[in-house]
Amino acid sequence: MNLVQQLSQYILSGLSTGAIYALIGVGFAIIHNATGIINFAQGEFVMLGGMLTFFFFSALKVPLLLAVALATGVSTMAGVVFERLAIRPLKNATPINLVIITIGGSILIRGIAMLLLGKDTHSLPTFSGDEPIMLGGATVLPQHLWIFAVTLVVIVCSKLFFSHTISGKAMRACSYNRRAAGLVGIDVRRMVLFSFTISAAMGSMAGIIIAPLTMTSYDVGVMLGLKGFCAAIIGGMSSGLGTVFGGLILGVLEALGAGLFSSGYKDAIAFIILLLILFIRPQGLFRRGESERV
Amino acid sequence: MKSFLRNEAVRFILFSVMILALPALLAGGYLLNVFVFVGIHTLLAVALNLLLGYAGQISLGQAAFFGLGAYASGILTATYGQNPWWVMVAVALTVGLLAFLVGFPILKLKGHYLAMATLGFGIIVYIALNEAVDLTGGPSGLPGIPNLTVGSYVFDSDLKNYYLIWGVTLGAILLSLNLVNSRIGRGLRAIHDSEVAARVMGIRVRLLKVQIFALSAVISSIAGSLYAHTMTFVSPTSFGFNFSVELVTMVIIGGLGSIYGSFLGAALLTLLPEMLRAFQDYDIVVYGFLLIVMTMFMPGGLVRGVPELARRLLARGEKGRADA
Repeated sequence: MNLVQQLSQYILSGLSTGAIYALIGVGFAIIHNATGIINFAQGEFVMLGGMLTFFFFSALKVPLLLAVALATGVSTMAGVVFERLAIRPLKNATPINLVIITIGGSILIRGIAMLLLGKDTHSLPTFSGDEPIMLGGATVLPQHLWIFAVTLVVIVCSKLFFSHTISGKAMRACSYNRRAAGLVGIDVRRMVLFSFTISAAMGSMAGIIIAPLTMTSYDVGVMLGLKGFCAAIIGGMSSGLGTVFGGLILGVLEALGAGLFSSGYKDAIAFIILLLILFIRPQGLFRRGESERV
Repeated sequence: MKSFLRNEAVRFILFSVMILALPALLAGGYLLNVFVFVGIHTLLAVALNLLLGYAGQISLGQAAFFGLGAYASGILTATYGQNPWWVMVAVALTVGLLAFLVGFPILKLKGHYLAMATLGFGIIVYIALNEAVDLTGGPSGLPGIPNLTVGSYVFDSDLKNYYLIWGVTLGAILLSLNLVNSRIGRGLRAIHDSEVAARVMGIRVRLLKVQIFALSAVISSIAGSLYAHTMTFVSPTSFGFNFSVELVTMVIIGGLGSIYGSFLGAALLTLLPEMLRAFQDYDIVVYGFLLIVMTMFMPGGLVRGVPELARRLLARGEKGRADA
């Protein structure tokens, strides 16, 4: 393989992991915009997606497509239950306390998954075979195409939801100013529940489509969650294209770094990039600086 | 009695006496060993509390400073045979300098961006500890770190290490109490409330934030050195993201902006996993559950929540008596 082929291979695999980071990151941003908190349990929904699909598919012998649907459904329910039991009862909690609660929730979900689904690492079959497709010198797995397609569909749907439906607009109103949104008759608590529902669904989908390529176990959520957080920060906490580009940039640079320098330092490279971006543009790459109100 | 207890010096003396007398109650054994770790965790939590509780700046990378202290001490004494006491001081100053330099760009950030940057720094250090195998021994760890000695006296038992570590921790608590009740402490609280207002009052906000960040790094590094010499073995898993999160949890569960709260938080979160051993695999579930419930019902932390709870129970008791 010559250098160009190698590079295009790295970029391609980087784009596919980047798409995953983007999906997770958008989930972070949606919850952050509706509630002002960083949901550290976000990575656990990603883990639940992959692990539950494996559980339904291998243990219960459900067809793959149905297993995917069931896993997404159950993970989304987990998000709803979490919001109902741990976030909603706290009306006047400070953001830092809510963050601690999401950390507790993440430990709890991970623990329950470990008890019910076991400590082993599992692999999922790819959705449509392992026959590689040659694309301009780089090999593409059909699973990569699935990742791109699912990410694209999810992002487009969320874009349409946020700009064309009344619920989506209400959620955006909450993200600008929760009190004002409440004053014009928007049920803010319901929007918070929506945000957890959508994020959990997005996270679990990300977990499902990446699982055939990377394996899955009860503890994959932490690192994937952090990378998603990274993507959202680079994107300036936008629930739209900023975070998508953030995820893609992160994925590609990480893959290039791992391929050209050292795979052991792959995760470190991602975070060094993040620090550099934060030092140069503290408000994220895609956001204009705002003056602070005091 | 109440005003007597309000006196900072009295409280500190009472606390010290309690700590120093504790080994007599524990009568050696396994709990004494746990309380050695409570000491190390208290030291770390107090350091983080200065930053998080007083200055209002979050750090999700404290485990990195702890790890750098532990590994640098371990490598320089075990591999290169240097004097551990000098190493501890030199390492702490170097880690402090590093924090000072990193602090300038990092502490410019606010809120979640600050959390992410410190988190990123912590993960970079953690990965370096894992990957620099020649120096650190990689994931399998670094064995053979000597115990601390003074002359021919070796700190090789739990009891000796208990007094060594708690000696340092009580020193750090005293330092922190003095600090938060001084001009600097008032400056930190002003930054917590409003950076702009603090600047208007003539506080050099950026410098003060970086200084307190560096101080917390120095204390954490010393905690790391003590940990390395007590354990005589270090491995990267003790210094990962999870431990950084655990430290933040200790400070918040204990009570933000309360030095003794940090002790309560550290003690609770160190003792809890030991008590949950009986639950075996269920311990992580119970731990997560308790974390949620405690944050829900004691949002001000143990240091405010427990007296509040006691007051409520007393009030209910009196009401019951009145009804009867």
